[in-house]
Amino acid sequence: MTIAIEMKGITKSFPEVLANEQIDFSVNTSEIRGLLGENGAGKTVLMNILYGLYTPDEGDIFVNGRLTEIDNPAMAIKQGIGMVHQHFMLVPSLTVLENIILGNESTTKLRLLNENKMLQDVSNFCKRYNLHVDLKATIYSLSVGVQQRVEILKALYRGADILILDEPTAILTPHEVEELFKAIRQLKTEGKTVVFISHKLKEVLTICDTITVLRKGKVVRTVNADETNQTELANMMVGRRIITDFKKTLQPSSQVIFKVEHIKAINDRKLPVLNGINLEISSSEILGVAGVEGNGQTELIEVIMGLRKASSGTILLENTEITNMSTRERRSLGISHIPEDRHKRGLIPDFSVMENLILGSHNDPQFTKWGFSFNNAEISKYSKNLIKEYNIETTSKDASARYLSGGTQQRVIVAREFSRKPTLIIAAQPTRGLDVAGTEYVHLKLVGMRNQGVAILLISADLDEIWALSDRIAVLYEGKIVAIKQPKDTTQQELGFLMTGGSS
Amino acid sequence: MTTIFDVITVGLFAASIRLATPITYASLGGIFSERVGIINIGLEGMMLSSAFCSVAISYFSNNPWLGLLGALLVGLLLGYLHAILTIKFSTNQIVSGVGINLFAIGFTAYMSQIIWGSRGASESVNGLGVISIPLLKDVPILGKIIGTHSPLVYLMFIVTAVSYIILFRMPIGLRIRAVGEHPAAADSAGIDVIRVKYLGVIISGMLAGLGGAFLSIGHVNLFVLGMTGGRGFIAMAAMIFGKWKPLRVFGASLLFGFADALQIRLQSLGILPPQIILMIPYIITIAVLAGFVGRATPPSDYKPYEKE
Amino acid sequence: MTQSLKETLQLIPVFSVFIGSIIDNVKKIWAQLLSIVLAFLTGAIILLVTGYSPIDAYSALLVGSFGNITSIGLTFSKATPIIFTALAFLFAYKSGLFNIGAEGQLIVGGFAAALVGISFPDLPSVIHVPFALLAATLVGGLWGLIPAVLKVWLGAHEVITTMMLSYVASHFTSYLVTYPFKAPGWVPQTLPISSSAELPRLLPSLQVSVSLFLSFLLIVITWYVFQKTSFGYEIRAIGLNSSTAENAGINVKRGMIFALVISGAMAGLGGAGEILGVHRRFIDGFSPGYGWDGLAVALVGGLHPVGVLFAAILFGALRSGGIVMTRVVGVPLDIIFLLQALVILFVATPKLVRYIVTRGNTK
Repeated sequence: MTIAIEMKGITKSFPEVLANEQIDFSVNTSEIRGLLGENGAGKTVLMNILYGLYTPDEGDIFVNGRLTEIDNPAMAIKQGIGMVHQHFMLVPSLTVLENIILGNESTTKLRLLNENKMLQDVSNFCKRYNLHVDLKATIYSLSVGVQQRVEILKALYRGADILILDEPTAILTPHEVEELFKAIRQLKTEGKTVVFISHKLKEVLTICDTITVLRKGKVVRTVNADETNQTELANMMVGRRIITDFKKTLQPSSQVIFKVEHIKAINDRKLPVLNGINLEISSSEILGVAGVEGNGQTELIEVIMGLRKASSGTILLENTEITNMSTRERRSLGISHIPEDRHKRGLIPDFSVMENLILGSHNDPQFTKWGFSFNNAEISKYSKNLIKEYNIETTSKDASARYLSGGTQQRVIVAREFSRKPTLIIAAQPTRGLDVAGTEYVHLKLVGMRNQGVAILLISADLDEIWALSDRIAVLYEGKIVAIKQPKDTTQQELGFLMTGGSS
Repeated sequence: MTTIFDVITVGLFAASIRLATPITYASLGGIFSERVGIINIGLEGMMLSSAFCSVAISYFSNNPWLGLLGALLVGLLLGYLHAILTIKFSTNQIVSGVGINLFAIGFTAYMSQIIWGSRGASESVNGLGVISIPLLKDVPILGKIIGTHSPLVYLMFIVTAVSYIILFRMPIGLRIRAVGEHPAAADSAGIDVIRVKYLGVIISGMLAGLGGAFLSIGHVNLFVLGMTGGRGFIAMAAMIFGKWKPLRVFGASLLFGFADALQIRLQSLGILPPQIILMIPYIITIAVLAGFVGRATPPSDYKPYEKE
Repeated sequence: MTQSLKETLQLIPVFSVFIGSIIDNVKKIWAQLLSIVLAFLTGAIILLVTGYSPIDAYSALLVGSFGNITSIGLTFSKATPIIFTALAFLFAYKSGLFNIGAEGQLIVGGFAAALVGISFPDLPSVIHVPFALLAATLVGGLWGLIPAVLKVWLGAHEVITTMMLSYVASHFTSYLVTYPFKAPGWVPQTLPISSSAELPRLLPSLQVSVSLFLSFLLIVITWYVFQKTSFGYEIRAIGLNSSTAENAGINVKRGMIFALVISGAMAGLGGAGEILGVHRRFIDGFSPGYGWDGLAVALVGGLHPVGVLFAAILFGALRSGGIVMTRVVGVPLDIIFLLQALVILFVATPKLVRYIVTRGNTK
C-alpha cells in the first residue's frame, strides 16, 4: 500500500481568515477519500494548494513519497494530479477535443494544429476508459453531466493518477450521479486515487472508502466510511447537532394564492423553454419544484418575476392577473424572491449592507421624503433592526457587502425579502454554496414563513432539500410540469426518474 | 452633369482598397487584443503615434523603411504600455485606452512643433512608394484596381491570412481564444495566461503601428495633426461587424474603405458640402453598430485575471 | 499685547482641528495628489529632453494661471465648461456607461443656445437666457439619447457611438456655420447673439461668466442626487450590478437612458455657457477639447462631484497658464495635453503609483 499524496503541516491564510491550520492529510493509492467540511472549513483551499492554484504559507507535499514543490497547475499536472473543479474549467466556444488537448497540442511539420492526430489519440483514450463523448461537439451545447465527463477525461488525458473532484454531484441528476460513481469505481480498479470533496453526506458515504472531516481549517478526524453515519459526520462538521426535522405547525390551507396557467416562453436563443407550465400554490404551503438545471427553472422564475415576457399564458396572484406587470409592481403586490445566483441577482457587492437591505423597497414612502429624497434616519433604523433580528454578522451596517461570507450574504437577502411581509416567496436554490449551518438557517426561516401563511415556491436541484421541505413536489422536465406528488406518495428514486424524462 | 459613372469608377475601387488598409491593420490588431480579453480603445492613439514616428524617422534618416520599423516599434511599446497598465496594474481598460489616445494627440502635436516648428503638418518625407505586381497590373480593370499599390497594401492581404491561420489553425491561437474566453480554464490547463495576454495586446499595438505607418509614409508621405481621424474607432466597429474573425473583419474594413473613398470622391466632385460628406464614415459606423451588434457577442470576459 | 496673544492662543485648537481635517482628507486623496505630482515629473522629463527648462515652464504655468486677477479669471473661465463635461462623464459612468462624446454634446448644445440667442431679439433677458439654456439642454440631451437608445435596444457599445456622434457633431455644426447660418465675413461663425441672451460676466474685465455659478449649482445637484435620492440610488445600482437592480424592480433600460440623456444635457449646458457667456456667438471649433478635459477631470476628481471641482480648476489652470507658458518660454502648447494624458494614466492606476512609491522606498 503506497501513499499517493501526503500533505504535512499545511498552513494557509488569507487577509481575513486562516483557511488551513497545520493540516496533515494523506491518501493511499487506489483509495477513494471523501473530504468533508462546511463552506469555509478549508477543504477547497487545501485541494487548490495540492493542485498548485495556491501556495501554502507552511508545510510540505509528498507525491508518491517524494517531496515536491507545486507552484502552479502545470507542475501539479506533471506530478500526475488532476482536478475537476466545481465550476467547470471548460472554454464554452471550443470543442470537446480542443478543451482536452488545450496546452498539449500536437502539430504538423508546418507548426499547424494536427487535428487528425489529436482526434485519433483522444478517441483511443476514451475507448480505454469507457468514457464516451462527442469530441467535435462544442461545450456550450452539452449537458452538465456530459461536461463533467469531459472534465474527467481532460484530467486523465493529462496523465492524472490522482484525481481531485470538487463537489462533483452538485448539479447532477440521481441518474448522472450513478454514472459518475460507476466511472469512479472503474478508475479505482485502474489504480487511480480519488479525492471526493463534498458536503453531501449520503453520497460521500456511498462512494468513499474513507472520509476526512475538516472544521474551521483543521482536521477533525479521518474515519472509515463503513464505520460511521450521516448524523455522526454532520456533527463532526459542525461541532454540534443539526436540526433535520422541521415542525410544520399548519396544514396547507385550501386557499389558492398563486396560479400559473399554460405559461409558454422562449429563451435567449429563441428556442422554446417553457412549454405550458401549470402550477398552483396555497397559503401556508411549500411547493417544491424538482428538476435538473436547464429544464426551464431559470426562465420560469424570470417569467414569474417579470424579468422575461411569457409568450402566452397567465399568472395570477390572489386573483389579480400579473402576467404583464412590471417587476416593481409584482413586488409591491407581495412577491419576494431569493435568487438562485446571489452574486448576479441578489446583492450589489459594492453597496453597503444597509443599502442592500433596502434594495427593492427603496422607493417606499417609509424611506423617502417627497417620493425621492432618502430619509436616512429611517433607513438606518430599519437596517439596524434587520441586522439584529436576522443575526447578520457584519462589522457595521455601512460595511461593504462584498466581503461578507456566503452565508452572511444569503442572510442579508433573506432578511430583505422576508421582512417585506410577502404573500408569495420564490426561493431558488436558496442554500446553494451554503454550509450546513447556513442551510439549516435558511430552511428554518422558510418553514417559519410558511407557518405564518406565506405561499412558497421552492425551486432546487437538491432533491434532499425539496424532499425535506415541500408539502407537494412538482417535477419540471423540458419546460413542463410532468408530475405533482406528495412526499408520502412517492420516493426520491421515482422523482429522479421523472426528472430525467421517465414516465410513471 | 455628374452621373453615377463619375462616382463609381475604377479609381474608386482602387482607392477603397487603399483606404481599407489602415482600418484592416487596426481592426486585426483589435481582434488580437480582444481575443485575449483586453479591450483596446487605444488603437487610435497607437496608429497616430506610429504615423508620426514613421514620418519623423524617415525625415531624419531619409529612409522610409527605417520609419516603418520605427512604427512597429512604437506600436509595440504602446501595446506593451496598455498591457502593463491593464494586466499588471489593473487599470480600467477603457481609461487606459483613452489615456493612450490623449497622450498620442498631445505627444505628436508637441513633437511636430519641436521638429518642424508647425502645428499643422510636417514636411514631406520619403515614403514607401508603390510597387506594381508584374503580370497582374496589365489585366484589364482588375489590374488597375489591384495591380499597383503601396507594399503595405499587399502586406495587408498577407497579414489578414496569417492572422486567420494563427488564430484558428495554430496552437497559440487556440490558447489565445481560451485565455480570452475563460482564463481560469486556460490557467488550469497549464497555460501562462498572463504571458498570452501580453502577447495579444502587443501584437495589436504592432498591427496598429502598421496601420499608422500606412497612413503617413505609405500614402501621403507626411504627418498631419490628428490624421487618423477616428479610424481607430472605425476599426473597432469593423472588428465587431466582422465578429472578431480575421476574414470577415477584412470584409468589413473593405466596406469602410469604400465609404472613405466615396467620401473623398464626392468631395472632389463638389456635389455636397465637404463637412456633410466627412460625416459619412462616422454615420455608417453607427449604422453598422446599430444593425449588427445584437447578434455579436464578444469572445471574451474582459475582467482582469488575478491569481492568488 | 497679552490680550491679543491670549486670543491667538485660543485659536490654536480650532486651527489644529482645521489642519487635522485637511490632513485627513489629504490622506484619503493622497493617491490622486501623488499621481498629479508623478505626471508633472514625467512632463518635466519630456521638457528637459526636448530642450526646455521645466522650472521656467512650470513657473510660467503658475503665473499664467494664478498670477493676477485676470489670470485667475481666465483659469476659472476655462474650468467652467470642463466642470460640465466632467459631471456629464461622471453621471453616465455611475450608470455603468462610458460617455466619451461629451465634446460633441457640448458643441451641439452650444449651437442650439446660439440659435436661440440669435433668433429672438425682442425677448427680455429673463426669458431669453433660460430659453437658450433649455434649448442647449434639450439638444445635448438628444445627443445623449441617440447612443442611449442604440445601446439599450440594439446593444451598440456606447464608447464607439458617442465617439462617432462627436465627430458628426463637429462636422455638422461646421457645415451649419459655413453655409446656412454663416455671418458675413471670412470666419465660419454665426451672427452675435442678442444682448438679452448673454450670460453676464462676473467682472467686466474678466472672461469668466455667471456660467461658473451654474456649474457650481450642477455640482451640488449631482452630489445631492447620488447621495440622497432614490433616483441616484437606482442609477448606482444599475451601474454596479444591473441584473440585481433589475431583479429588485428597477427599470434598468429606463435608468440607462435617463443617465445618458442627463449626461448629454449637462455637456450641452456647458456648451451654452461658453457661447452665451464667453464668445457670444457660435464659432466653428470654439471648443479646444473641453469634452476630453471633462473625462480627465472626472477621473482625477475621483469620480466625485466635489473632486471634480478641484480637478477642473487644475485643468483650467493648465489651459490658462499654458498660453503664457507658450508665449514666454516658447514651449509648444501641446505639452498641456501630454500632461493631461499623463495625469489620467497615473490617476487611473493607483497600483502603479503605489508600486513606484514602494520601489522608491526600498532602493
